[in-house]
Amino acid sequence: MSQTWIILGATSTIARSFARLVSDRGDSVLLAGRDMVDMQATATDCAARGAPLAETIAFDARDAASFAKILKRTSDIEGTLSVAVFVGSMPTQDALDADPSLILGTVTDNFTGPAEFLTMIAPLLEARGSGTIVGVGSVAGDRGRIGNYVYGAAKAGFHTYLSGLRNRLGRKGVHVMTVKPGTVDTAMTWGMDKLPFLAQPEKIASDILRGADRQKDTLYTPFIWWPVMTVIRLIPERIFKKLQI
Amino acid sequence: MTWKTTDYSGWGRVHTANGPLARPERAAALAALVEKTPAPAVGMRRSYGDACLNDGGRMIDMTRMDRVLDFDPETGELHIEAGAQIGQMLKIFAPKGWLPPVMPGTGFATVGGAIAMDVHGKNHHGAGSFGMHVTEITLMTPKGPKVLTSQKNASLFKATIGGLGQTGPIVSARLQMLRAKGDVMIVTERRVEAWDEFLALLDASEATYTVGWIDATAHGDQLGRGILEEAETGAGLIPPAKRGKRIPIDAPAIALSPSVVRTFNAAYWRRVPDKGRTVVKPIDNFFFPLDKIHDWNRLYGKTGFHQFQCVVPIEAADALRSMLERIAGSGLASPLAVLKRMGPGRAGHMSFPMEGYTLAVDFPNRHAAQRLIGELETATVQAGGRVYLAKDALAGPETVRGMYPEFSAWLKAVKSVDPDGHYITDLVRRLELRTI
Ligand SMILES: Cc1cc2nc3c(=O)[nH]c(=O)nc-3n(C[C@H](O)[C@H](O)[C@H](O)COP(=O)(O)OP(=O)(O)OC[C@H]3O[C@@H](n4cnc5c(N)ncnc54)[C@H](O)[C@@H]3O)c2cc1C
Ligand SMILES: NC(=O)c1ccc[n+]([C@@H]2O[C@H](COP(=O)([O-])OP(=O)(O)OC[C@H]3O[C@@H](n4cnc5c(N)ncnc54)[C@H](OP(=O)(O)O)[C@@H]3O)[C@@H](O)[C@H]2O)c1
Repeated sequence: MSQTWIILGATSTIARSFARLVSDRGDSVLLAGRDMVDMQATATDCAARGAPLAETIAFDARDAASFAKILKRTSDIEGTLSVAVFVGSMPTQDALDADPSLILGTVTDNFTGPAEFLTMIAPLLEARGSGTIVGVGSVAGDRGRIGNYVYGAAKAGFHTYLSGLRNRLGRKGVHVMTVKPGTVDTAMTWGMDKLPFLAQPEKIASDILRGADRQKDTLYTPFIWWPVMTVIRLIPERIFKKLQI
Repeated sequence: MTWKTTDYSGWGRVHTANGPLARPERAAALAALVEKTPAPAVGMRRSYGDACLNDGGRMIDMTRMDRVLDFDPETGELHIEAGAQIGQMLKIFAPKGWLPPVMPGTGFATVGGAIAMDVHGKNHHGAGSFGMHVTEITLMTPKGPKVLTSQKNASLFKATIGGLGQTGPIVSARLQMLRAKGDVMIVTERRVEAWDEFLALLDASEATYTVGWIDATAHGDQLGRGILEEAETGAGLIPPAKRGKRIPIDAPAIALSPSVVRTFNAAYWRRVPDKGRTVVKPIDNFFFPLDKIHDWNRLYGKTGFHQFQCVVPIEAADALRSMLERIAGSGLASPLAVLKRMGPGRAGHMSFPMEGYTLAVDFPNRHAAQRLIGELETATVQAGGRVYLAKDALAGPETVRGMYPEFSAWLKAVKSVDPDGHYITDLVRRLELRTI
């Protein structure tokens, strides 16, 4: 059966790779984001690769009015409807400390915006009784680190939300997968030095697609982050609070 | 962050550079960069020497701008971002019956790099150079995108194709793809015993794709022995693709020592049966045989390697033979050596191709090899030929300028768009192409 992916944050580097992969295998894509010019380029690329439908639509995590329009657009799309959320923003901790008003936007981009959208679309998927929701969080959400804890907190909120949504939709035939990438070589991380296990976006995207096909619940990608984070999660807070990692 | 300061090098790893690199992921980001801090563009750094370096200065890495902007499946007209790799284009379009019109020996080269070097492929004798199939180029200028066509902007168009990036970053290009009969290659391989036979076979070849591997260690009666490959696209069973392997570490010097190379070459030559053979190959295996081994340049160890590539006019074939004699006598050559007949096709003022024979040979980076390459350059000048700037890392300004007769026309067009020299690279500096 035909499948259409609504891709939120379609200008993200990882999202682009993901859109290509699903197009290569003949799925359709509805690219949602802020930079319409850039998304148009991804749309033509997806069409050339084999997506039967490749369209763009405006989406701003900070503007709930944009959500309803996307829902409306999906109403006549037949087949399986799936959603993949790549939206996120990561101001430096220093910037957030200097201007705490940035916290609200960070939480909106990484958590509450996408959560509100998913809550709106959930009944639609529930009614269809099929589809997959992929939510991209981060290993940064597993533990509050000194250098990155507002972003981490937003991602942690998103993880917990997705876990609850999985619980709700799983019983209706809709699968929800939480993705926790490690460091990825994208615009977000360009110029940061000494990133451990830096992965290419193509690798993350193909892990995500394989994980979604296999209905994984939580996916650490690349896989090395699963043991790494398992150890980091086990460090007692008494010790963790003194660490610089 | 926009800029990342890092060390980098070309494919030969002889020259290195350090400086801030930006890697825009979209047109708006590129436009902002060029407006504020214009810098030379760079692709996958598959140029061997210093064409893709700017030591101490900035560079803009175009590899993330790699999308298909428009494709007409009826006519094969393609509009594509300049960071797209030729091998990716092959993968997307071959199943639809279309091939990139010209493919260099590596699928990792980008469209921007293919234009800026006006690259040639195994079909050069028939199809000409890459730039001949480009119908439109969009440059990013400090004032925004500027669309060039050969009719409306003749001089700038010809200065951009083969122009070493000196007219500024190419954002995208329109080009005409080539129709293919299918997505496999039908390849006829023939053993060639010696030099004269090789030239005769190259001259007589009527195949769409023709290339010669030459044993650059054989001398005497066997001088110029090798394998001639002639190929056409075809339809048929596709052998399964194998996963790429990676060279994990820099190899020790022994890996490509003269005796190893001689033994390897002899075995490689005998691999093809006496009477020749015809085989079916996956399309990318034929065009990009080396790409399956990622980072194979590390086989040459930390000191890196050179590729010498020249082209000489038909009537100077004997001079090329003497060059090969010198190479074989030196015992310095690696197994990678290619002989090809070129047609006249070239599309830019500074394009490499000319009607004649082209020889490309790799050498580990040693003093003796550098000296030999110097001699080969001189011999190329005397033969009325050219060295290829995509490969060169050693030539001097005097050697090169005389080889490119349209140099002044190129320089004039370049100056008109980049009077302040923002796009100068290490190669341009070394060859003093913009300082007269
Ligand atoms: C194994 C191997 C086989 C090869 N075989 C062949 C062959 O058969 N025929 C042939 O012709 N060449 C061949 N080459 C050379 C190669 O095709 C060229 O060097 C090509 O330019 C590499 O593309 P790139 O994207 O890596 O460019 P780079 O090496 O990164 O850059 C090359 C030049 O292009 C400019 N440039 C790159 N992108 C842009 C852009 N977007 N806008 C403006 N300027 C730009 C750079 O400034 C630089 O001057 C081979 C190279 C290798 C490693
Ligand atoms: N890169 C990493 O190392 C890494 C590691 C772990 C997790 N992640 C997560 O992976 C996801 C993709 O990130 P990436 O690395 O590909 O970085 P990216 O290219 O910066 O992607 C971020 C995306 O979020 C979009 N976005 C931000 N705020 C938005 C808003 N208010 N409304 C709509 N869209 C908004 C951006 O859109 P615009 O283009 O319009 O700005 C962009 O598409 C993010 O959720 C990120 O947190 C990344």
